[in-house]
Amino acid sequence: MNIKTLLIANRGEIAVRIIRAARELGIRSVQVYSDADADSLAVKMADEAVNIGPPQAAKSYLNAAALLEAAAKTGADAVHPGYGFFSENADFADAVAAAGLVFIGPSGDTIRLMGDKVAARTTAAAAGVPTVPGSDGRIDDLDEARRLVEEIGFPVMIKAAAGGGGRGIRIVDDLAAFDQMAPQARAEAQAAFGDGGIYVEKVIRDARHIEVQVLGDGANVIHCYERECSLQRRRQKVWEEAPAAALPQAAREALCAAAVQLASAVDYRGAGTVEFLYDDASGGFYFIEMNTRIQVEHPVTEFVTAIDLVREMIRVAAGEPLSLRQEAVRLRGHAIEVRINAEDPSKGFMPFPGTVGTLAVPGGPGVRFDSMLYSGYAIPPFYDSLLGKLIVHDDTREAAIERLRRALRELDLGALKTTKPLFVALAEDEDVRRGAFHTRWLEHWLEENADRLAGTGE
Amino acid sequence: MKQILSPLPGTFYRKPSPEAPAYKSEGDSVAVGDVVGLIEVMKSFHEVKSEAEGKIKAFAIENEDPVTAGQVLAELED
Repeated sequence: MNIKTLLIANRGEIAVRIIRAARELGIRSVQVYSDADADSLAVKMADEAVNIGPPQAAKSYLNAAALLEAAAKTGADAVHPGYGFFSENADFADAVAAAGLVFIGPSGDTIRLMGDKVAARTTAAAAGVPTVPGSDGRIDDLDEARRLVEEIGFPVMIKAAAGGGGRGIRIVDDLAAFDQMAPQARAEAQAAFGDGGIYVEKVIRDARHIEVQVLGDGANVIHCYERECSLQRRRQKVWEEAPAAALPQAAREALCAAAVQLASAVDYRGAGTVEFLYDDASGGFYFIEMNTRIQVEHPVTEFVTAIDLVREMIRVAAGEPLSLRQEAVRLRGHAIEVRINAEDPSKGFMPFPGTVGTLAVPGGPGVRFDSMLYSGYAIPPFYDSLLGKLIVHDDTREAAIERLRRALRELDLGALKTTKPLFVALAEDEDVRRGAFHTRWLEHWLEENADRLAGTGE
Repeated sequence: MKQILSPLPGTFYRKPSPEAPAYKSEGDSVAVGDVVGLIEVMKSFHEVKSEAEGKIKAFAIENEDPVTAGQVLAELED
């Protein structure tokens, strides 16, 4: 290992996770912290800690100069960005490299390419990865648009090329409706924006969010199977699983192969995630985006593949080849993660930055609790609300749900208001137990079950 | 003396967005229920409404500075 000292340019539970991986690799860890994080678990656990500024992230965790200065001062030879903050900032990755340090992740150019929606879609299409079918740009000729929508199939969304904010969007279910609506959409776009150009795109209704974990060393890319992350509130994942139980084996193989094709096309180095929409009805899947970093929900993949993703991403960043080949990646059992956020489900998920009193952490077979909590810790209000993640693993999905319920019973967070009651309720829900959900399912469930959640506040 | 206190811990903002003018300036009069700023707590924003009426004598906290719950944001005078 040619990395000796790793600077962790992040905070919270992921900083703790990275310190653990570094320690197992014999790497010294340096934890940066803002004034609000001086008492954090990561600061207590790291070999060294450096203050980088005031509580506001813009003045500390997003202050590149302060981070690089901390690296220089402590003799760090590598920087791990975690997730969020600078993890997908190409300029920061370039600045780290320019300072002669190893950035634990892909090159700035790869981050830049995948961070640009249009460039990422073009790269995916060129690599043979399915994207949401549609016009790859504006269409001015209605006959041409008509031919295209017949080809991609209904329902189809018609959007004004010059529009934005949802204006002028029409969803049509058949050709007759298209013939009626398309001229209207054109006329309206012309009137509203002085530009009658339109786009058409297939509508994927009630799709699942399924993503594939990839690992690359710059020469070879492997996948570590997929995760199902459809249970979301306000586009934030709250419950994630591996593998995706709804996926037939043939679809799983196609999805994972597509992710490897895309990552290989950019000579990917590091841990990455290729996100797709998956349509149960047709079995079709469509590329959404690639995240060029470790993700919050990586532990479910670690459970079902027995691969330490954080350790592996540090190794490949240090220039080592992948430690295993694709044939050695085997799926075993089923894992579920739930995000314990400092939010009160009985009060519309109002943030609750309290102080940790009682803390009993679940244990036993197949249970993992990754968190930044300790008894007496005052949760700072300045950052996101993720306190930790409860992850369970068992032979089957049904057994994993029972294990989750058992572990949630053991988890005692005292007077803290957290999302735990939400997961107790979800684990009992029939649709959840049958795996019958899509990306908009939870929002609807929350409306229907508002009264039930309101009763969990006591 | 009447004061406006922060109802939550977090970051205090005196304006609704970086480009917008401040909700209230020193010397402005405030009525009960007037919004005087925002508190950002765990990436969500909450309005701070005055529970007293009067004229703003001085702000005790700068825009974008951290605050604790119960901390004085502004002093009022009659």
